[in-house]
Amino acid sequence: MATKKNNTLKLKFDSARKLAPAPESKSGAKIDPQYDLFINGKFEKPASKKYFASINPATEEKLSMIAEANTADVNKAVKAARTAYDKTWKKMPPAERAKYIYRIARMIQERAREFAIIETLDGGKPIRESRDFDIPTAANHFFYYAGWADKLEYAFPNRTTSPLGVAGQIIPWNFPLLMAAWKIAPALACGNTVVLKPAENTSLTALKLAEIIQEADLPPGVVNIITGAGATGAAIVNHPDVNKIAFTGSTDVGKIIQRAIAGTDKKATLELGGKAANIIFDDAPLDQAVEGVINGIFFNQGHVCCAGSRLYVQESVFKEVVRKLKDRLETLIVGDPMDKNTDIGAINSREQLNIINNYIKIGQQEGAEMYQSSADLPKKGFYCRPTIFTNVAQSNRIAQEEIFGPVLAIQSFRTDDEVIEKANNTPYGLSAGVWTDKGSKIFNLTTKLRAGVIWANTFNKFDPTSPFGGYKESGYGREGGLHGLSAYINLV
Amino acid sequence: MMATKIIPDFSAPVHVDQVGIEEKASRFTKRSIKNESKINGLMLALNMIDLTTLEGKDTQGKVKQLCYKALHLHDTYPGLPTVAAICVYPSMVKTAKIALGDSGVKVASVATAFPSGQSTRDIKLRDTKFAVQNGADEVDMVISRGKFLEGEYNFIFDEIAAIKEACGQARLKVILETGELVTYDKVRKASDIAMYAGADFIKTSTGKISPAATMPVTLVMLEAIRDFYYKTGKKIAMKPAGGISTSKLALHYLVMLNEVLGEDWMNNEWFRFGASSLANDILMQLMKQRTGVYQSANYFSID
Repeated sequence: MATKKNNTLKLKFDSARKLAPAPESKSGAKIDPQYDLFINGKFEKPASKKYFASINPATEEKLSMIAEANTADVNKAVKAARTAYDKTWKKMPPAERAKYIYRIARMIQERAREFAIIETLDGGKPIRESRDFDIPTAANHFFYYAGWADKLEYAFPNRTTSPLGVAGQIIPWNFPLLMAAWKIAPALACGNTVVLKPAENTSLTALKLAEIIQEADLPPGVVNIITGAGATGAAIVNHPDVNKIAFTGSTDVGKIIQRAIAGTDKKATLELGGKAANIIFDDAPLDQAVEGVINGIFFNQGHVCCAGSRLYVQESVFKEVVRKLKDRLETLIVGDPMDKNTDIGAINSREQLNIINNYIKIGQQEGAEMYQSSADLPKKGFYCRPTIFTNVAQSNRIAQEEIFGPVLAIQSFRTDDEVIEKANNTPYGLSAGVWTDKGSKIFNLTTKLRAGVIWANTFNKFDPTSPFGGYKESGYGREGGLHGLSAYINLV
Repeated sequence: MMATKIIPDFSAPVHVDQVGIEEKASRFTKRSIKNESKINGLMLALNMIDLTTLEGKDTQGKVKQLCYKALHLHDTYPGLPTVAAICVYPSMVKTAKIALGDSGVKVASVATAFPSGQSTRDIKLRDTKFAVQNGADEVDMVISRGKFLEGEYNFIFDEIAAIKEACGQARLKVILETGELVTYDKVRKASDIAMYAGADFIKTSTGKISPAATMPVTLVMLEAIRDFYYKTGKKIAMKPAGGISTSKLALHYLVMLNEVLGEDWMNNEWFRFGASSLANDILMQLMKQRTGVYQSANYFSID
């Protein structure tokens, strides 16, 4: 039994969580009752004649009805993309292509507030995040790649570049508009045309983007946005006239895609799951490390493929770090995503909430010690308290499997070699974080950790100029930066 | 149960990440404080002010006027609290004490060769004792920044401990003058030394050096207070001073206080604003909340 010491010392944070409501107004955004497919520059009724509901996960209320694209619709979209590619887009002078991409970027900025509101209503993420992160970063991606469109010869000196053709792009529900931007912007800059499918839970901002694309007078068929679930995505992947598949999502689906395109000449980039290690050494700036850990795992309710979901803390500071984490957990405001003060919004869907709750149960059954914030949750909607587990072993499922929710598994370590081995002991390899005041230690770790992105004394920093992608089962190919261009061109 | 107080080794490095602390401080400014939270926050901020005059040209007349203002912030708004204290030079303590009477508003006096602290230990002790004997409830001392930057941490520790002893019942505020320490690491180290040496408050600035109080500097000090509390069980109060002149900024500071130290610190025993022009800006905001319109500065007495 551990001795009870200093048990009386506890800071009180109830009042810090109870601020008067400061809701963002919904009136800034217009959501139509029904959305059709965006094919060849027009909104068209689906051949399937079917529509499915998109709901607000914070209230469980229906927001709109979304068209479900079947194989015939996919064929139509790919055909439109092919025609636009052959007749218009690949022949267009690159500087002209750039003008369209810039125009899209500017229009996203102009309508940023509307996009932020819809993103939050549709996906459950806090309005602070969609306003300050998702939408501005999405616009930045278009700006950045617009700049490259007529400079590809400088990006790849002494090589001849040519576009791939039609890109089929399938994106997840965690950063709907941002992922659309990551996919569409480099594809267009390199001269490809696009068939994009947003996740069925979060189609609305992609459809709003379709409206912008229409207003920007982008030649019909260059970008087609079709909605639907897994079957629609499979139809895109299996379409013989698609030259490239870009997918962000789960490792399971990534494996299915890889099997499906084996033996074809389709190129692919896959950005899949992760189980990132965040590593705190005893010479780290502890308060900033704790803040980084909090942002690393609770940003976007933990629905982040590069979330720092495993925390390794050097034993000499373990107790102090856990105490700081618990205090910080208590000050997180959980609730209405439209409230400007909300730190943690709604879980994206009931299905995902069930998955997360199941892992929380597993963690307890495995003998890990759970601590949850004492925040009150709204009665309606899908919510999960921010949760940390201590007493976790490397062999626990909560330390091995991607939970994709606000759940952190904490382990201790003693030496540098030990933590490198533990951090690499995972099928994933998307990201990692290192916290220490010692520069040489940072460089030692970054060369040895097998992860696509490693942050030092910070976490979850994104910039269009910086490549992003994974090792091992976290996928292959890079998005962002110069690297992101090479995913959409042939080099000779 | 109280943990034992073990004096740490102040020559050991401390770790505060500049990028991280500034990012975190700016996060508090994203909180949107509305309606009743705003009114409660403004009332609280008003009640936490150390209304200050520290000028070479201060006279008894000026101090008396300021004391009257402290007790009657804006009589057309009934139910307003008073400020927490009046902060003056030692020579004005007696005047302020008489003017404030038994109102409960404290008299704070700067001491120890304020603002530079460039004098002998003996003079600083006499300066302090003079203020206390004249009735100061609180003493705002400055640390010897020159010695601190020389790495003479024991000197700083001993000096604070000696002044604390000279204070007797008066509460001691230790001014670090963070604008002269420059880095967050040094602010953290000076905070730790001050608290272990017996400070009741740690305070950012004299108001004579720019930059004075900033949110990141205050955050470093609040985190030091929190860690000290967990190590020793002893609560230390905080006073940012200088440069906090708007209601909005004051509310951001209170959000930060509430989220770092929690509700036990949300009163004027444990937190103060050292400010001269903040009070009127808060009054203006409170009148706006009540009447729906802004009134011009001419409607609020300057002291």
